[in-house]
Amino acid sequence: MDEMTKDQYLIEKNGNKYEVIIGLEVHAQVLSESKLFSTSATIFGSEPNTQVSLVDAAFPGMLPVINEFCVKQAVKTGIGLNAKINKKSIFDRKNYFYADLPQGYQISQYKDPIVGEGSIVLDLPSGHKKIGIERLHLEQDAGKSIHDIDPSSTLVDLNRSGVALMEIVSKPDLRSPEEVNLYIKKLRSIMRYLGTCDGNMQEGSLRADVNVSVRKLGTDKLGTRCEIKNVNSIKFMQMAIEYEANRQAELLEGGKTVDQETRLFDTKKNQTRSMRSKEDAHDYRYFPDPDLLPLEFDDVFIEDIKKEIPELPDQKKMRFIEKFKLTPYEATILVSDLDTSKFFEKVIAKSDVKLSANWITGELFALLNEKNLEINQSPISPENLSKLINLISDGTISGKIAKTIFEIMSKGDKDPNVIVQEKGLKQESDPKALEDLIQKVLSSNEDKVKEYKNGKDKLFGFFVGQVMKESKGKGNPQMINKILKEKLNG
Amino acid sequence: MTNLLDLSLVQLVNRIKSKDISSKEVTVTYVERSKKSKKLNSYIEETFESAFKQSEKFDMKPDFNKKLPGIPFAIKDLFCTKNVKTTASSKMLENFIPTYESTVTQNLWNEGAILLGKLNCDEFAMGSSNETSNFGNVISPIDDNLVPGGSSGGSASALAAKLTPATIGTDTGGSIRQPASFTGTVGLKPTYGSCSRYGIVAFASSLDQAGPMTRDVKDCALLLEVMSSFDPKDSTSINFKRPNYFSDLNKNIKGKKIGIPKEYRVDGMPSEIEKLWENGKEYLKDCGAEIIDISLPHTNYALPTYYIVAPAEASSNLARYDGVKYGFRADGENLIDMYEKTRSQGFGDEVKRRIMIGTYVLSSGYYDAYYLKAQKVRKLIKNDFDDAFNKVDAILTPSTPSSAFKIGDKSNDPVSMYLNDIFTVPVNLAGLPGISIPAGLDKNNYPLGLQIIGKPFDEQGILDIAYSMEEKINFKLDINDWWMK
Repeated sequence: MDEMTKDQYLIEKNGNKYEVIIGLEVHAQVLSESKLFSTSATIFGSEPNTQVSLVDAAFPGMLPVINEFCVKQAVKTGIGLNAKINKKSIFDRKNYFYADLPQGYQISQYKDPIVGEGSIVLDLPSGHKKIGIERLHLEQDAGKSIHDIDPSSTLVDLNRSGVALMEIVSKPDLRSPEEVNLYIKKLRSIMRYLGTCDGNMQEGSLRADVNVSVRKLGTDKLGTRCEIKNVNSIKFMQMAIEYEANRQAELLEGGKTVDQETRLFDTKKNQTRSMRSKEDAHDYRYFPDPDLLPLEFDDVFIEDIKKEIPELPDQKKMRFIEKFKLTPYEATILVSDLDTSKFFEKVIAKSDVKLSANWITGELFALLNEKNLEINQSPISPENLSKLINLISDGTISGKIAKTIFEIMSKGDKDPNVIVQEKGLKQESDPKALEDLIQKVLSSNEDKVKEYKNGKDKLFGFFVGQVMKESKGKGNPQMINKILKEKLNG
Repeated sequence: MTNLLDLSLVQLVNRIKSKDISSKEVTVTYVERSKKSKKLNSYIEETFESAFKQSEKFDMKPDFNKKLPGIPFAIKDLFCTKNVKTTASSKMLENFIPTYESTVTQNLWNEGAILLGKLNCDEFAMGSSNETSNFGNVISPIDDNLVPGGSSGGSASALAAKLTPATIGTDTGGSIRQPASFTGTVGLKPTYGSCSRYGIVAFASSLDQAGPMTRDVKDCALLLEVMSSFDPKDSTSINFKRPNYFSDLNKNIKGKKIGIPKEYRVDGMPSEIEKLWENGKEYLKDCGAEIIDISLPHTNYALPTYYIVAPAEASSNLARYDGVKYGFRADGENLIDMYEKTRSQGFGDEVKRRIMIGTYVLSSGYYDAYYLKAQKVRKLIKNDFDDAFNKVDAILTPSTPSSAFKIGDKSNDPVSMYLNDIFTVPVNLAGLPGISIPAGLDKNNYPLGLQIIGKPFDEQGILDIAYSMEEKINFKLDINDWWMK
């Protein structure tokens, strides 16, 4: 087995190894104050049916008018995905009946999407991997059917109806649940940097359909794929892929074939189950929407958007490595989320870079993790974290004391200088005072001093500990070491 | 004093402006006559009381700068009117009251017009005889057993019977021009994109256009001037400099080149229509125009193309009538059952026929052979006109292959009904302006119309030609008010 396959994610059945081929269709809600073809608001969590215009509810004679801002957002995202921007694209109608689809069709883009091929680079432990993007197109979201409020009826909330979505279709380049995890996170990170999608999976602004197939390791031909619909968290996505890949490999091992079908992931049983077969697939009767002209813009339109593109994660990472001498690992972590990188840059504006990186990726991340908070909800502000780090740098406190102060800061964003003052936690760095303490310890342990001098070196740690204890933990450890050595060895 | 009812729209406007008559007087006169004309079944909804109030309001504080000062209008029930029931002649919308106003009707009200009521039409504008309406067929004032044409049949009937001084209709494949031709009135379908589609119940989005229906060409120019506007709420509305169609109207068409397409000489066309067309050419020559034979080689394919494109769009446009949000709903066991019952009971046969045709031609496996092919042919038809307009300024054809037919004559034969649109549909497919003017009578004294087709946005050109022909034709039609006797 060569190096390549050693880390490869494979499904093993009866000693046969199967490679897993995954492609994602991500539905990303465009960050926009109004909908794709109407002026209704798009605020999440509003009272049902309070953000619905006559167009959204498909009243007779109502017509869609494209929201230029959403077009810009799609183009911006396309640029962020290094993709081809199509100066002419066409809106089509995807026809099907459902209670939460007021028009009886969804306006989408079928043959001519606004964005063509592009790519995303993943940072794998083994290096970079480029994942191809097939296309990005704009479409309307549907409303929401609510089945569990009224016992006899389904209720419909049209707040989401007509909200702009970007459907981002990857090539079948992903090979493991972990790659899917990294892909989604990278895509989300890029869109957050661009401000084109908030990527909030809990609120449904990022959803994905997962296409999975398997093939025997070493073969080229793609197997029959199944589409798993609407998996709404990365964890479920990974579980669904794992289950589905095993199911397909088992079928093939049993001499059976995989049917092309749409499947649902049951989050209670952690299984996928058939939703509809290929034969039952809807005939969506796509055709160009006659209410809308082809969407056309020129190079100037694209150039103007390019000017608004901020530094993206990959560029930022390079900068962090080159300018701040961070390790690629640290840089990857710090740029993966726009808010984290902003937090980091705020802290290092006044503090040591290395210490800042350590404290953010160490203590702060642990704290956020424990409290289940996003970095922009951090109980400790970048300003105060910066002050804390500076207290360490200038020797005012020890790293150990800093952890105590950090703990206090996490309960209320208090200035660490104030905490040091109030609690008297300032590090004792006065050589005279330390010398007194040391003298006191040595005097009351004369027997141990003798042993040390007779060669029991290990007792040095004991003396340090005793001095620290005498100083109530505030003694400057470096200085204690230094003075103690002079006294004992002198 | 002459009978108010005999005044044209332009004459009425002038009489009101010169304070000869009040808006109230005009309104009362038309309401009285409308009330006595229920036999024609042209109205679906009457708003007489509010019309009185509005006319009184106008008379209290008249604004004579308006183009339609205090003039009452009954309009086709395909235009959404705020707080006034709008049904599209369908059971599906029999109790639907919009909270919004169509742009075209708003343009009318902005110029001082007053709503008299909503006029019958074919269900969702699908029909050529006004026999598909859920509210019963409309009768032509020409004769008691005659269809007024369709789909703007109620509009044509009301206009010819003088129940409204002028009116507006919509034209997807001839729905303004054919009924105008059948009732001896003037009807114009503007260039696609000239009149906003906002607030008009959609039939086939790429073909639908609103247009004026009037007693004469001058009225037509005035009404078009009011109706046509650029509307950001309709993405297919076109922002072009709209002329003052009315004040620019001009009888001088000397030197204009008028094309006569040989393909419009169809088999089985009555000789009187041949003759009408010949007469038309003579009138044009008399006016100093030049007659040029032209060819529109793909004309034969226009009707089949139309009957693919229009139902395809309609099948999708009418999907919103599903019983969920508004309009008619039949209860069902579950969602699918509710859909099936609602749409089976809510739509009439012709609408269902077109939804099924449209669904079929868009289906996977048939799309390329039908819809896509039809789109390609549509382009060829458009190219035919483009080529022709390199040689001529306008094109003269008959408006319809026959005069009005009897009620029930074609209602069981959809294909022969569709053939009625043979001269009008190419104009919609190509997005061109076309006007039908009354040009003569057949042996039964039923009116016959001639159609003038113009270059895109050259409504002024075809209005001028129609205006000069109108004088030569001097069309007279005696309607003896049989339905009031």
